[in-house]
Amino acid sequence: MNSARVKEFYYLMKLGREFEIRAKEEYMKGNIAGFLHLDIGQEAVSVGSMKAFMKGDVFTHYREHVLAIARGMDPKLVMAELFGKREGVSKGKGGSMHLFEPKLSFYGGDAIVGGHLPIAVGCAYARKIQGENAGVFAIFGDGASNSGAFFESINIAAAWKLPIIFFLENNYYAIGTHISWVSPFVELYNKVKNYMPAVRINGMDVCEVYEEVMRAKNYIENGLGPYFIEAECYRYEGHSMSDSGQYRSKEELEIFKSKDPIENLRKKALKDGLVEESFFKEADRKAQMEVEEAVQFALRASEPEISELYEDLFCKECSNVVS
Amino acid sequence: MLYREALNKAIDEAMEIDKSVVILGEDVGRYGGSYRVSEGLFAKYGKERVIDTPIAELSIVGNAIGMAIAGLRPVAEIMTVNFSLLALDQIINHASKFRYMSGGKLAIPLTVRMPGGVSRQLAAQHSESYETIYASIPGLIVFAASNPNYAYHALKKAIFLNDPVIFLEHELLYNEEGEVDFNEDLDPFKAKVVKEGEDITVISYLKMVKDSLKAIEKIEKSLNITCELIDLNSLRPLDMQTIANSIKKTKRAVIVEEDHKSGGYGAEVCARICEELFYELDAPVLRIAGEDVPIPYNRKLELASIPTPDKITAKIISWAKENGV
Repeated sequence: MNSARVKEFYYLMKLGREFEIRAKEEYMKGNIAGFLHLDIGQEAVSVGSMKAFMKGDVFTHYREHVLAIARGMDPKLVMAELFGKREGVSKGKGGSMHLFEPKLSFYGGDAIVGGHLPIAVGCAYARKIQGENAGVFAIFGDGASNSGAFFESINIAAAWKLPIIFFLENNYYAIGTHISWVSPFVELYNKVKNYMPAVRINGMDVCEVYEEVMRAKNYIENGLGPYFIEAECYRYEGHSMSDSGQYRSKEELEIFKSKDPIENLRKKALKDGLVEESFFKEADRKAQMEVEEAVQFALRASEPEISELYEDLFCKECSNVVS
Repeated sequence: MLYREALNKAIDEAMEIDKSVVILGEDVGRYGGSYRVSEGLFAKYGKERVIDTPIAELSIVGNAIGMAIAGLRPVAEIMTVNFSLLALDQIINHASKFRYMSGGKLAIPLTVRMPGGVSRQLAAQHSESYETIYASIPGLIVFAASNPNYAYHALKKAIFLNDPVIFLEHELLYNEEGEVDFNEDLDPFKAKVVKEGEDITVISYLKMVKDSLKAIEKIEKSLNITCELIDLNSLRPLDMQTIANSIKKTKRAVIVEEDHKSGGYGAEVCARICEELFYELDAPVLRIAGEDVPIPYNRKLELASIPTPDKITAKIISWAKENGV
């Protein structure tokens, strides 16, 4: 890892962390409502994967604010969406769980667990016959790995040798259900070993995530078929704001907090002499400022008009008929 | 031209015009389609565009949505509407909502074809009419093809619409012969007055249009009146204008559907008529629908579970007499 890369990773992870901390505060204040799933603790996965997979199409689950920001979505537009404002990336119609931006090939925020996997597979099929070798990146959690959609997707992607990376974010909990209660093993890459290359990595280390996704990207770009990565990680917060996380022990949380992806990158970079201390202070300040700007933007942004209720339902041709 | 040939021609021409049109589904390729709708297309367009899928309906539609996002125009075939329930999550939670919940940023140009209705002794899990489910979902367009002409024009137009279309076919219509007017500029969203009349409006769709027409011949002779028959064609959106024009003239409405009566599609049509045209009516709306039972295997019971031309005739005559026609 070179210094520029480490700085970029650090800044994006810190920005993601600050964004989520602030989103939580704004939720408490009542500026954000509904379900809010925070990515705190899992920033290495979001940032490492998005910085490695820059070109193709990205399909995500609903814990996707940091993925979206790392992909290049303006934090202002993400925050405004969380606030339900018209200037939000989905015009306030999607909210926290639905951040779509085709210009970034980012199809983020499917809130049906595993539901985006067949869609990602179909997109990979299209890219293959269109001769676009960048392929598809699909990220999902351990909960999704027990669903029918998951197994159908693994089967089809392997049968048709599709250019797709399946990235499993194993944070061990599907809301409050530990993976060991509902799966024959907790090392979930075992589920697909007969279908495609499958590895398990440390998802708390941004460099490891980045390097493995780069490997996967090269593999699918060469037309060799799908690739599977399981990243062990942990969310420090509850599943959503309505979950206090009572089902987990303090000790378990502390173990993972000691592996914090942001703090550990900082320590390692300092130890290796890659980055000077002053950078981190400045980066922390800048991240806070960028989030503050996002919040101010979201506060100032406008409420949609009631007349927008029936907008965006159909294409123009169909809208004319339907209305 | 046969109904299935009209569908085949629509897909073939769409694929010819636009390379982004692909078809996918179980047995659509090498086998030629379980109702022969895609016959010949595999040989003509190859395996990349005519895609044989596993029996995994969730993925058939889910994959098609992904293809649509990537810029293709997929036409997914579900072998029978019963199996479409396995794809319901993709159709309802994804296809119908993506444009809206992305603030208009995503378009899903997707067509999902599915044959349904009661065929001949296929029993409960292969004989259903689920149009009421799809027609109740915002974000979907639902077309129901009762004849080769509409099948050809509406399917071809559906493929080029930029929104998800559920395209309903009926299993007993595939080998029905009918004229196709290739020069017609058909509007697939509009209901069609199949036959004009003065005294009763009969509203129907899919196979019941044909059965209603048979019934009407007898009713007209028996009562010395004339009936107007409307084929809805589009179930969502519903063309209330054509219905209103007719009811304002006849003052009486009958709805004939193969669907189960409780919560069936006709319930929505009836509700809209009562809501919007109540003071035009000289008689209560008559609903002729399938019985509220799973479709039985035994032929006698099967026929007892759905409307037939004879039953439609008898019910309308008796209702007409009660209401002073």
